[in-house]
Amino acid sequence: MKSRSSAQRRNLTQQIGFIFLRLVAIIAVLPIIAIIVFIIYQGAPAISLEFIFGFPSDGMRSGGIWPAIVGTFFLTLICALVVSPLGIGAAIYLAEYAPDNRWTQSIRIAIINLAGIPSVVYGLFGLGLFVIFLNFGISILAGSLTLAIMTLPVIITTTEEALRAVPQSFRVVSRSVGATQWQTVRRIVLPQALPGILTGVILGLERAAGETAPILFTAAVFFLPRLPSSPMDPTMALPYHLYVISTQVPGMSPQIQYGTALVLLVFVLGMNLIATIIRSRARARRQW
Amino acid sequence: MRISRIKPESFITWLIKFTGYSAIIFVFLIFYFLLSEGIPVFGEVPFKDFFQVRWYPIEAYFGLLPLLVGSLIVTIGALIIAVPLGLLTAIYIAEVASPRTKEILKPLVELLGGFPSVVLGFLGLLILSQYLREILALPTGLSALTGSLILAGIALPAIVSISEDALDTVPRSYRDASLALGATEWQTIWWVTLPAAKSGVLTAIMLGIGRAIGETMVVLMVTGNAPMMPQGLATFVNPTRTMTATIAAEMGEVANGSTHYHVLFFIGIVLFVIALIVNVSASTFVFRRKKRSERILS
Amino acid sequence: MTITNKIVTENLVLQYSDGTESLKDISMNIPVNSISVIFGPAGGGKSTYLRVLNRLNDLANVTTVSGKAHLYSESGDFIDILDPNLDVTALRRRVGMVFARPVVLPMSIRENLTYGLEIAGVRKRSLLHEAIERSLNQAALWEEVQDRLDDPAMELSGGQQQRLCIARSLALEPEVLLLDEPTSGLDPISTGKVEASLQELKKNYTIVLVPHSVQQAARAADYAAFFLQGKLIEYAPGNEMFTTPQVQQTADYIEGRFG
Ligand SMILES: Nc1ncnc2c1ncn2[C@@H]1O[C@H](COP(=O)(O)OP(=O)(O)OP(=O)(O)O)[C@@H](O)[C@H]1O
Ligand SMILES: [Mg+2]
Repeated sequence: MKSRSSAQRRNLTQQIGFIFLRLVAIIAVLPIIAIIVFIIYQGAPAISLEFIFGFPSDGMRSGGIWPAIVGTFFLTLICALVVSPLGIGAAIYLAEYAPDNRWTQSIRIAIINLAGIPSVVYGLFGLGLFVIFLNFGISILAGSLTLAIMTLPVIITTTEEALRAVPQSFRVVSRSVGATQWQTVRRIVLPQALPGILTGVILGLERAAGETAPILFTAAVFFLPRLPSSPMDPTMALPYHLYVISTQVPGMSPQIQYGTALVLLVFVLGMNLIATIIRSRARARRQW
Repeated sequence: MRISRIKPESFITWLIKFTGYSAIIFVFLIFYFLLSEGIPVFGEVPFKDFFQVRWYPIEAYFGLLPLLVGSLIVTIGALIIAVPLGLLTAIYIAEVASPRTKEILKPLVELLGGFPSVVLGFLGLLILSQYLREILALPTGLSALTGSLILAGIALPAIVSISEDALDTVPRSYRDASLALGATEWQTIWWVTLPAAKSGVLTAIMLGIGRAIGETMVVLMVTGNAPMMPQGLATFVNPTRTMTATIAAEMGEVANGSTHYHVLFFIGIVLFVIALIVNVSASTFVFRRKKRSERILS
Repeated sequence: MTITNKIVTENLVLQYSDGTESLKDISMNIPVNSISVIFGPAGGGKSTYLRVLNRLNDLANVTTVSGKAHLYSESGDFIDILDPNLDVTALRRRVGMVFARPVVLPMSIRENLTYGLEIAGVRKRSLLHEAIERSLNQAALWEEVQDRLDDPAMELSGGQQQRLCIARSLALEPEVLLLDEPTSGLDPISTGKVEASLQELKKNYTIVLVPHSVQQAARAADYAAFFLQGKLIEYAPGNEMFTTPQVQQTADYIEGRFG
């Protein structure tokens, strides 16, 4: 009799506990949905062809955001061109070649550190190395390279994981029919890991596209009456533009602010969506 | 024939090895450029001046204490919110939620991790700070509290995601053993699963700290940017100024090579070192990667 | 000149990096065009010995290998298998290997068969197709898959996959075929097919087989070697080994008294 009531009490505790956990999870997740819905709701009315493809006018209080979109596109693109070979190469080294020794250990520590350095410190570094020392000036190139080094650890880590997921037995079989290590990597491992690698690269670039601090002193300018014509030009950029119009310009219409936030969010979360689709498609198709 | 086969192989191997070591090269490059631009400060500002309580560069007051304290306060505030919230959410996702709920919740939280921080800062500025000002009847909504609330959102995805992974890797058999002894699932979570995942959870919290301390745009936009020393409990609802925001706000306006410029790089060095300590200690907790000792197919 | 021994090993000693000495002074010759069976209890070094012969141990954590291992060609010339400067990719084309678990590569049946040839630089379609048909026939698989060569190899049954693995090795026309418990995961019918094709293959190839049972050893062996804890205990023609073993330990193992 007594033991049953204590069992009931314990069951009750558990039920209350689980309800409490569910509530907490809802509290954590609800704002995320709310933010997305709110920004779409507030920003959608601002979206028009003129807003997307037009230049800012009236001290940015009206007009469009085309130069910022183009700027973010090129910053991300050049960043991708630089960081992909570097990051994928490094991941191949770590997953396929690196011996288990102190040097490899220090590479791993270095990657962990790179991942943890605050983005504004990357901005300082980009200013010191690319803008001043290499004399690129405030330019797309300087900004892209800064972003590339910032995203490097993300891409290395995710790519290495994708490579390690490829079964070891494929490698052994490939070597046993006379393939060299590189032939094995190129013809067996890389094709199998490709969806995982792509996912990782896109997630890295997602971060690059949304960051403001690293381009603050290396690439971004307040306003530019034309599109950048070379990588050595400074540029406007979406995240920086949102910062500018929400803090530096008095009398901004909220609609333009929300519109800009929406475009930035679509840009970034669109990349996230693509990555998710690639990942789930590959998972469904995978044979091992 | 043989030579043409060997040569590209060794060239590619060399190239791959080089890219592998690039991470080390970059860490050193970053540190070198921070030092080379930051070290000159020691010839220009007496060291003890950094410990003043006043940051007012125009009149050559370079006290770093208010900035350091600002960073700490905002980060601590964020952790007070994000650690319990994140950990409990992770427990719910890993231990209680149905597989379908889990498949929705986890990507959603990770989606938040992909949000550009400037968007969160923007919402904090436009919406959250207004509400806080009205509800708490404050003179301004731009305060350490506003910063902490939004930083909590920035630290949350890392904490949830990594804690959930850690809980998920606790072997099924641990839980089964506990349940077989008559413990309820609820007791098992707190007595068995969570302690077993301790190191992963600590890593998650450390990485959350790293995110919060290094975040720039959010604090720049919503904390009011007044470098102030703490004044009791009111500190949390007063404006404040972090190290990251100081660099972001002032670097654009200083002359290259000026003392102020050097001091900003010096703050960068401080941030670099803090990040180093946080991340290296986070990585020592990390559950060691299983060694790949798979025998060759026999 | 015709040779009698395809492979000659003398005083082979091999140690893994954790200190395990898995081969202790192994000296034995592998006769040409025959099936040599290596059998014995688990952990005896059978797989390790096979991997010496095509240098696959290079991929493992092996610290020392010493002794002699020579591979002879028809002309009577030989290469030193253990030579650190040896082109191992060429060696592995001459000494093919089939593993216990059927591991087909994640590609079509056709590509599984041509992979090794393409790596070796063979591009001509007619040559590739010839190799496909020949090797599939040799592995007794042609009938079953000739109409679905472009299907993913992973869709084959376990027994078919293992025969595909044998065919994949044969496509390269190796001189020696190493088989490490090739039928351990197969049903009796598939096992029978594989054993039958081995009897065919030995006319043109030298085969070294680690069997998955003593019965299989007795059925297949022209020559049999009994390995115990890294040592070669006894080596004799198959019909002698399984009727009148000379060493007590061999007799005990064959009669099922240990292991
Ligand atoms: N990569 C390795 N590292 C360390 N020791 C190993 C390794 N591979 C094998 N060994 C050890 O070497 C010894 C011989 O192993 P091997 O696989 O050659 O035996 P085997 O005769 O093939 O056994 P089985 O019948 O189980 O396949 C065993 O003691 C094994 O534990
Ligand atoms: Mg074996």
